[in-house]
Amino acid sequence: MTFLSYLVSGLSLGSIYAIIALGYTMVYGIAKMLNFAHGDVIMIGGYMSFVATAHMGWPPLASVLLAMLVCTVLGVLIEQLAYKPLRTAPSLAVLITAIGVSYFLQNAALLIWSSNPKSFTSVVLLPSLKLFDGQLTISSVALVTILACVAIIIGLTFIISKTKIGKAMRAVSEDKEAAQLMGINVNQTISVTFAIGSALAAIAGVLLCSAYPILSPTTGAMPGIKAFTAAVFGGIGSIPGAFWGGLLLGLIEIFGKAYISTQLSDAIVFSILILVLLVRPTGLMGRKISEKV
Amino acid sequence: MRTTRLRILSLILALGLFVLAGCSAGPTSTTAGTTTAKPAAAIKIGGIGPLTGGAAVYGSSVANGAKIAIEEVNALGGLQFELKFEDDEHDAEKSVNAYNSLKDWGMQILCGTVTTTPGIAVTAESFKDRIFTLTPSASSTSVIEGKDNVFQMCFTDPNQGIASAQYIAENKLGSKIAIIYNNADAYSTGIYEKFISEAAGKNLDVVSTTTFTDDTANDFNVQLTAAKNGGADLIFLPIYYQPASLILTQADAMGYEPKFFGVDGMDGILTMENFNTELAEGVMLLTPFAADATDARTVAFVAKYQAAYNELPNQFAADGYDCIYAIYEACKKAGVTSDMDAAAICDKLIEAFTAADFSIDGLTGENMTWAATGEVAKAPKGMVIEDGVYVGMQSGN
Amino acid sequence: MKMTKPGQKRLISNAITYAIVIVAYVLIQILDGSGNLTSSLRGQLVPICAYIVMAVSLNLTVGVLGELSLGHAGFMSLGAFSGVIVSLGLRDTVSAGPLRLLAALLVGAVIAGLFGFIVGVPALRLRGDYLAIVTLAFGEIIKNVINTLYVGIGPDGLRISMSDQASLGLGESGTVIMRGPMGAVGVDKLASFGAGVILVLITLAIVLNLVHSRSGRAIMAVRDNRIAAESVGISITRYKLTAFIISAALAGAAGALYALNYSTVVARKFDFNTSILVLVFVVLGGIGNIRGSIIAAAVLTVLPELLRAFNDYRMLAYAVILILVMLTSNNDRLKQLRWRIRSYFQHSSRRQEAEHE
Repeated sequence: MTFLSYLVSGLSLGSIYAIIALGYTMVYGIAKMLNFAHGDVIMIGGYMSFVATAHMGWPPLASVLLAMLVCTVLGVLIEQLAYKPLRTAPSLAVLITAIGVSYFLQNAALLIWSSNPKSFTSVVLLPSLKLFDGQLTISSVALVTILACVAIIIGLTFIISKTKIGKAMRAVSEDKEAAQLMGINVNQTISVTFAIGSALAAIAGVLLCSAYPILSPTTGAMPGIKAFTAAVFGGIGSIPGAFWGGLLLGLIEIFGKAYISTQLSDAIVFSILILVLLVRPTGLMGRKISEKV
Repeated sequence: MRTTRLRILSLILALGLFVLAGCSAGPTSTTAGTTTAKPAAAIKIGGIGPLTGGAAVYGSSVANGAKIAIEEVNALGGLQFELKFEDDEHDAEKSVNAYNSLKDWGMQILCGTVTTTPGIAVTAESFKDRIFTLTPSASSTSVIEGKDNVFQMCFTDPNQGIASAQYIAENKLGSKIAIIYNNADAYSTGIYEKFISEAAGKNLDVVSTTTFTDDTANDFNVQLTAAKNGGADLIFLPIYYQPASLILTQADAMGYEPKFFGVDGMDGILTMENFNTELAEGVMLLTPFAADATDARTVAFVAKYQAAYNELPNQFAADGYDCIYAIYEACKKAGVTSDMDAAAICDKLIEAFTAADFSIDGLTGENMTWAATGEVAKAPKGMVIEDGVYVGMQSGN
Repeated sequence: MKMTKPGQKRLISNAITYAIVIVAYVLIQILDGSGNLTSSLRGQLVPICAYIVMAVSLNLTVGVLGELSLGHAGFMSLGAFSGVIVSLGLRDTVSAGPLRLLAALLVGAVIAGLFGFIVGVPALRLRGDYLAIVTLAFGEIIKNVINTLYVGIGPDGLRISMSDQASLGLGESGTVIMRGPMGAVGVDKLASFGAGVILVLITLAIVLNLVHSRSGRAIMAVRDNRIAAESVGISITRYKLTAFIISAALAGAAGALYALNYSTVVARKFDFNTSILVLVFVVLGGIGNIRGSIIAAAVLTVLPELLRAFNDYRMLAYAVILILVMLTSNNDRLKQLRWRIRSYFQHSSRRQEAEHE
C-alpha cells in the first residue's frame, strides 16, 4: 500500500516535470536553444492564477486560462525581443540571454509580488480519492496532474504529426534553410513553438502550485532545472523522450527518498541520470547522431 | 574576435552609464537599502540581509521592521539614527561586500546579518574592525563564538532544540516522535542536533527522522508516511513555515492527524497570504513573537507595519524592530554620540549590553538581557494555534 | 604597414594579457598605498582573482575544448573544502600562513583534478548538451554530498561522518572542520590579493602555453573537426581529458583561494547558479578569448556592487544589462558599422603612409 502511495506521488511529480520538460524540448528541437527562462515563465503562470483566484475572485478554470494567455503572450514577447535578434549568433550567446531573461523575470516578480510567499489555492476542488478502506489516499490534484499530462502529450503528438503547423515545426527542426526554401515561414513557426511551450508552462505552473501550494519568485527555478534534466534524460528534442524522462525523474526522486535516503535524494537522482547517459549517450529516446566528414 | 571586443566595449560602456545613473539616482529613492534622510548628527547604522533571492522574505522583513523603529526613535527627538540596509542575497561573499560598502558609507553600528552563514563571515570582519554588531536573527552559536562585540536578538539554535525537547517531555505532548528537518539548512540542522541529544535524556521515543533540502522541498509524502508507519503521534518540525505549510497540507490530504510542534521559524504561517489557517489548527510552536498578541506594543507595531507595507509582520520584522530599540537604549545608557568613531562606540556598547542593569522590553520578549558571550536571555513563549490565532500554551506542570 | 610574423603576434598578444594583470595589480597597490581604495573594492580583490581563474579555466573547456560545462562550481567546491581541511589541519604544524595557503591551493587543485579525471573519463564520451547535463549532475551531487559531510580532525587524523557532529567522536581535543549544512566554520583568512594575482598569472601561463602547444593545436583540431582530427591520428580522448583535468584543477585552486578569504564556506555557495555565473563571464568575455574572460570576470563581479545605488532595482538592472550587452554585441548592423569604421581608418592611415613616402 505504501508502495502504491509512493507510486502515485512519483507519477504526479513526474507528470509536472514532464509538462515542463515538453516546453524545454519543443523549443530546443526547433530553435536549438536551451531556454533557461522557461522555469520562470512557470512561476509567472502560478502568480497569474493566484492573482485571478485570490485577488479577483475568478473561478479556478478561468484563472488557468488567464495564466495560459499571459504566459503565451510573455513567451512570444521574450522570443521576439530577446531571442529573435540572436538567431544567427552562437548558441551560447542565446543561452546567456536566456539566463538574463530568467534573472529579469525573477526580480520583476520580486518587485511586483514581494518576497513574501503566497499560499496557493488548488485549482482542483474535488475531494481526494480513498481506496482500500481508506488505506490508500490519492489526492485529486495528483490524479488531475497525471491525466493532464497524458492529455497534453496526446494533444501535442496530434498537432505535430497531423496538422500543418506541426509539419512546419518538424521541417524547421530538421533543416531551417531547407524549410525556408520550401516556403515555410521559419520565424512564425518558431513563435508558434514558443507560444505552445509557454502555454504549457502556465499549465505546469498552476499544477505545480496546486500540488505543492506555495508560491514565491523562486518557485520555478528548481523545477525548471529538474525538468531540463528530464528533457535531456529522455533525449533532448524528443517529445516522447521528455514525457518518459519527466515521469522517470519524478519516480526516481520519490523512490530514492523512500527506499534509499532522504538526505541524499538529489545525489541519487543525478547519479542515476549519469549512469543512464553513460549507457545511452543520447538519452532514452534521443536519436543517434550520425556524423559526416 | 570582433564580436568579443565589441562585447567588452559595450559592457564597459554600460557599466559606466549605470554607475553615472546610479550615482544620480541614489539619494532620491526611498525603498529598502536606502538611507532614510536625516540631519547630519545621526548615528549611522548599517543593516545587512537578503533582499533578493530565495531568502529575500527574511531580509526584507528585518529591514522593514528596523525602519519603523528608526522612524519612532527619531521622532522622539533625542538620539538620531540613520539606517542603510544592504542586500546580501543570503551569500557570505555578497554579505562581506555589503559590509565593506557600508563601511565606506561610514557605518558606526551594524545591525546584521539576518542569516547565519553570511553572519559568520561578516562578524569575523566586524570583530577585526571593532564595529559593534547586533544580529536580529542569525541564530547559530558560531556567529557569536569568540567575538566579544557580537550580540544576538534571537535564541541560539541549540537553545531552541533543548527548550523544545524539554517542553515536549515536561508537558507530555507526545510519546512517539517523528522529526522532519531541512538537512541543507544550518538553522534546521542546528536545532535538530540538540533536540535529538536532549530527547535521549528525556526518554522521548523518536520513531522516525527524515529530511529534505531546499531543492526537494515539495513532496513530503515519503517523510509523512515514514512518520505515520512509525506510529508517531507528534511531528517535530524545526523548519521554516513555507515547507511546514506544505507538510500540513499534505498530511491533511493523507488523512494523517498527528500533533505538530514547531520552533520560531514556524511563525509566519498564519500570516502567509491566502493560507488556509484551519490546516494549522492545533499546531504548537515556541516563538518569541506573535503578530496577534494583544499587548499595546505589539498592536501598535502591527498597525504601523500593515499601514506601511500592506502585510502582517513576522518574527523577523519584530527582531529588526527590537534590535534598533536595543541599540537605542544602549546608546542612551552609554552616552554614545554621532561624532564618536565606530571603535569607541563598540567598546561603550559592549559595556552597556553586558551591564547587569541593562534589560530591554521588546516585541520578542520582556526583560531581555545579554551575556558576555553575546547570547540573549529571554523566555520562549509556548503557543498553540486555536481558531486561527496564537493562544499561550498552558504549562502542564 | 609593417608585417608581423604569426608567432611574434602571438607573443605580443600574450604579453599584453600578462601586462594587463600586472598593471592592474600595480595600480591597485598604488591606490591602496595612497589611501584611495574603497573598502568595498578592497574586499572584492580576492574573489575577483578567484573568479578570473574560474573563468579562464572554464574557457579552456568551453572555448578551447568546445564542450559546454554546467558544473564548474562543483570543482571549485571540491578545491574549497579540501583546501580548508588542509589549511586547518596544518594549523599546528606549519605556522607560516603563505605556506599553508600554498599547500591548500595545491591540494585543492589535486583533488579537483582527480575528480576531473573521474568525471571526465565517462563524460567526455558524451557530446554537446549530454555532456553539459552530466557536469550539471556532478555539480549537484557534490553540493548534496558535501552538505551532509561532517569532518573533524582528532589526534589520530581525519574523521568523516555523514550523520551528525556527535558521531565524529572527537571529544575535547579534536576540532570539527565541516559541519554538514553549516559548512566549514572558523576558517583562517590566509588568502591575499598578492597570492590571488600570482595564481592568476600561473593560470594564464598554464592555459596560454597549453593552447599554443602541440597538445593545444591538437585539442583545437578536435574541437573544429573531430573526425578529421581522428583520421590524421590525433588521440581525441587523451587530449580532451588533459584539458578537462587541467581546467578542473585550476578551478580547485580557485576554490581554495576563495574559501580561504572568508571565515566560513558552505556547499550551497557552489551551486548551479555559480556555475552559470562563471559561464556568463566566459561567454561575455568571448568564447576562446582568455583576455576577454579576465576582463569580463572582473567587470561582472564588480558590477552588482556598483549597482547597489539602485536599491531594490539592483538585480533587475543587472539582468537588463546582461541582456542588452548580449543583444548589442551580437547585433549584425552594429558589427557591420564597426567594421566599416575600422576599414575607413585603415584606409586613411594607409593613404597617409603613402603620402609620407
